[in-house]
Amino acid sequence: MDFSTGQCILLHDKDNTLTALLSLAAGQEIALKTVQGMLKLTLRDEIPYAHKFARRDIEAGEDIMKYGEVIGSATAFIPAGAHVHVHNVKGKRA
Amino acid sequence: MSFSDAQFLGYHRPDGQVGVRNYLGVLSTVTCANQAAENIAGHVRGTAVFTHQQGCGLLQEDLDLTRRTLINLGRNPNLGAVLVVSLGCEGVDAEKIVEGIASSGKPVELVRIQRDGGYFAAISEGGLKAQKLASEISMQVRKEASIQNLRIGVKCGASDPTSGLASNPAVGQALDQLIAAGGSAVFGETTELIGAEHLVAGRCETDELSDRLLGMVRRLEARVIQHGSDMRGGNPSAGNIAAGLTTIEEKSLGAVVKSGTAQIHGVFDYGECPPSEGGLYFIDSPGREPELLAGLGAAGCQIILFSTGIGAPQGFPFIPVIKVSGNRNTVKALVDFIDLDVSQVLLKGESLESAGSRVLQYSLRTADGHTTKAETIGYNGSTAIYQRGPIV
Repeated sequence: MDFSTGQCILLHDKDNTLTALLSLAAGQEIALKTVQGMLKLTLRDEIPYAHKFARRDIEAGEDIMKYGEVIGSATAFIPAGAHVHVHNVKGKRA
Repeated sequence: MSFSDAQFLGYHRPDGQVGVRNYLGVLSTVTCANQAAENIAGHVRGTAVFTHQQGCGLLQEDLDLTRRTLINLGRNPNLGAVLVVSLGCEGVDAEKIVEGIASSGKPVELVRIQRDGGYFAAISEGGLKAQKLASEISMQVRKEASIQNLRIGVKCGASDPTSGLASNPAVGQALDQLIAAGGSAVFGETTELIGAEHLVAGRCETDELSDRLLGMVRRLEARVIQHGSDMRGGNPSAGNIAAGLTTIEEKSLGAVVKSGTAQIHGVFDYGECPPSEGGLYFIDSPGREPELLAGLGAAGCQIILFSTGIGAPQGFPFIPVIKVSGNRNTVKALVDFIDLDVSQVLLKGESLESAGSRVLQYSLRTADGHTTKAETIGYNGSTAIYQRGPIV
């Protein structure tokens, strides 16, 4: 898989989410070069443009990280490659 | 990439600051003196004129704000000398402005239109003073300075979806790398913190700083509510959620991510200048460009990084404003505005760390003297100072 196709972006090394730069289909293979090495995963869900998916397995209650900051917490276990959005995340502020 | 040993070529000032440009600043103290200031500057090469609509007919808080902003703009190291142009009867004290700038050790002169005998007399007096000052600073030369002497301000405007994904985080990475190397950076835009203030406050080094920052957000929000508006609530909206934004934290972070992830070392009022030490600083300020750019100038920034999606043209009279865009179409279409292309982050899988290094490298070369697009075309005339109370 060519990581230079701009499928998705890791906005900060601390993040446990990736942001789609294209509309991605369930089952699609993702490959991304990171500081820790090559990250490979298979998408579990369809991910619309600019939506997020899990970089790794995220436990229920764990912080959701984007931009290197906490944007909320997981309301359920989120497996790697799954869509991360309002159905499995709640804001800490709201 | 580490920039700890990075250097730039700049003008070493008597107070220890290092300028990246060497202009004679011509500062108007009040609206009524703007035209004289512009005309004096128009007759002398090497000048940078700063005009605004404040200085008189304001509540005391705003007169104080105008005064300290003008003093700290005059002390900005990109100015080798300053000519202050005053009408004579304005609310701000021109003598105090001159004293405040002169304490930095740079040469300062004053012209007073009423005392000097009118417009033509002021043009003559001011022109001769400006010629002398411009000549004095013309022999100053650039010398090596360490990155620890560099202070960069940040702003985003004319944003689009590429701003939050490429140019804002790339600028944020550049600031993180600058601060790691011992430099300093300044961000503001209090309006954009509403809803994310807890995140930014959580990055403050002390509880006192955090309280100060939260107080600024509360004060601004109270003023907005007083005018019958509300900037909070309904966030994220149904449209935001459909577009992929999950929480209010995420939405607000898209804007503040340009400040990077460093701890906040100081929180200052508009027009104030943080001390000359490394770290990240916040200034209480509106998001509107002319006022914010002047606030960053008063805060001692020698360079401003301006992240844009759709493309904004504005520069600043004596500070290089570098336009960074992650939108390839904008980069291609607006070649006369956009300085740096970070669309590779979205199109070629470039890491943000790498894009951030490119942004900082570009800033260092701009510091050396490479001109920005806005500088080459002189697109820098829309200048302003913030005001909080009514005009009276």
